Amino acid sequence: MHSIFRSYLPAAAIFTARQELRGQKQVSGKEWAFKLVLTLAGFTIAIAANILFKQIADVEIKSYTLAGVLFTFNSLYRLVLGILILLYAAVGLFSYFDPVYRAKYVNRAPFRFALGIALAIWDILGTKLLLLPQPFFPGPAKILEAFLIELPFIYENMLYSLRLFIVGFTLGVIFGIGTGILIGWFPRVYYWLYPILKFTGVIPAVAWMPFALTLFPTAFSAAAFLIVICSWFSIAALTAQGIQSTPKWQFELAKTLGAKTPYLVFHVAVPHAMPQIFTGISNANGFAFTTLVMAEMMGQPGGLGYYINLSKVWSAYYKVYASILVMAILFGIIMKIIAFIRDRMLRWQKGWVKE
Amino acid sequence: MAERLGERMSKIVAQSQKGDLTVKDDIVVNDDIILRIENVNRSYYDNSDNQVEALCNINLSVRRGEFLSIIGSSGCGKTTLLRLIAGLDKPETGRLTLNGELVSGPDPERGYVFQHGGLFQWLTVEKNIATGLKARHVYRENKEKVAHYIDLIGLKGFEKAYPHQISGGMAQRVAIARALINNPKLLLLDEPMGALDSFTRADIQDKLLELQRENDTTMILVTHDVDEAIYLSDRIVIMTPRPGKISEIMDVKLPHPRHRGGVEFLAIRRNIMEKLDLASALPQPEYSI
Repeated sequence: MHSIFRSYLPAAAIFTARQELRGQKQVSGKEWAFKLVLTLAGFTIAIAANILFKQIADVEIKSYTLAGVLFTFNSLYRLVLGILILLYAAVGLFSYFDPVYRAKYVNRAPFRFALGIALAIWDILGTKLLLLPQPFFPGPAKILEAFLIELPFIYENMLYSLRLFIVGFTLGVIFGIGTGILIGWFPRVYYWLYPILKFTGVIPAVAWMPFALTLFPTAFSAAAFLIVICSWFSIAALTAQGIQSTPKWQFELAKTLGAKTPYLVFHVAVPHAMPQIFTGISNANGFAFTTLVMAEMMGQPGGLGYYINLSKVWSAYYKVYASILVMAILFGIIMKIIAFIRDRMLRWQKGWVKE
Repeated sequence: MAERLGERMSKIVAQSQKGDLTVKDDIVVNDDIILRIENVNRSYYDNSDNQVEALCNINLSVRRGEFLSIIGSSGCGKTTLLRLIAGLDKPETGRLTLNGELVSGPDPERGYVFQHGGLFQWLTVEKNIATGLKARHVYRENKEKVAHYIDLIGLKGFEKAYPHQISGGMAQRVAIARALINNPKLLLLDEPMGALDSFTRADIQDKLLELQRENDTTMILVTHDVDEAIYLSDRIVIMTPRPGKISEIMDVKLPHPRHRGGVEFLAIRRNIMEKLDLASALPQPEYSI
């Protein structure tokens, strides 16, 4: 009985070969070695510039103890660059064994080299010579001084921002997907809710700030509310759209297989809408960061936005940059996590939809 | 029409006297007939608001365990008819009964395979096949059936593949397995091999026959491929368009496996081609002395 169906082993081979081909073009060991050296050279030059270039301008270099070690901002800067060099060296060595990673690493080498050079130039112009307008453009080493002065305080503010983001954004995602499903599935809900969604959606969430502050008992819950609103709109709208665009035949097919309404909603419409739901989530993510920082700058007892405001008052712009640096890293990590979850959940799209 | 009805009535009377028929409600049930289509009409409005009669007075009885093909040019209502049988659409007049029960909506006892296969893109091969079991909440007690069907359609090793990673022929076999896992009494096939190459098509045709014999499933196939219809069917229903109606029902009494180039096969083919007004397209033999 199995004889009628030929063995499909040849097809299986093609299937796996195609998987392998998805990697980029092969990179030779020689090119890889050159690019590894190039990557590390940039940051080495940045360290060399910091050590060798004489401090010409009049900048006070104080010493601080951090974790029991005496630091100036210059030595911390060198330490950070040293860690970066070690990190990129480790990644580079690791990438040698995987053709895909190797191609990626080689591809990014020129950029990383340029980054090192840029840091060196910035360091010389910003701190060593003070040629850039001060205090608005401190050098990269000077920015790190903020961490030497008040690392625990920055950390505290970062945690505040993170907590605010997690509370607001999680609630926003839950409400957004929930109402999106209702709007997309029930025409009556669409009729009554969609105009409201459309109307409130175009208003930047911070505009509700005065109401939020009076309506909510704490500043934290008011800001969380703003983040919920701003993420809710885009997620709900796109979820509804995704559900409504489910082709009729998919429902018909599921019905002929014995599916009832709950199955149609959660196993046909929602998976079909998943790519759009994630588009909504990434949009909302951007809005949420903006709202978060603005809300913090307008009246929160903590957070990175609050820290920026506080530092600005004292003209401590290097601290503003330090805060921005923490934001960049924090938000970058959050976006990576969301992208990771998305890639896991939309695995079925790989190769089917162009990324 | 009246004549035909009269003829049928007298036949039924004769049969009932022999005791072949049982009477349930007011519907005459013959054990041999699984699906009855009685006086079915269906029309729709086209883009310019003209009423188009998709189906006009369709009467058809489908025997248990048979392979029935519906053939005709596009627009003759064959897909409409199949959708009515599946319960995806309702007739304007007339009725359809399966085992004496009125067809009122889609049901897993009438499996349906779409023209384009229609796999759920977000489910693996394995999960696509298990859809019917999960939708009916009987997955846990029937888990091993999934592996059995994957084996049956020759897709071992592809359980975890997503639909975009497999070929069109494989996808179509998955769609058939997915419909069969519910043990339907009736399997409705809407040109499932329309988009496949001839090798894959022949493969699936043989598989269908085998599955039909094994499970005793009644199959109704909509197709526009005359060869396919003759190769597979016990009976062929020929439909003509505008208005869509049945012009003839033909018995194919050839033993399986059928030889696609056999004399009888070709004779039936020619016959059907003539009925479909396609005969003139066949080249005339040329003689030279």
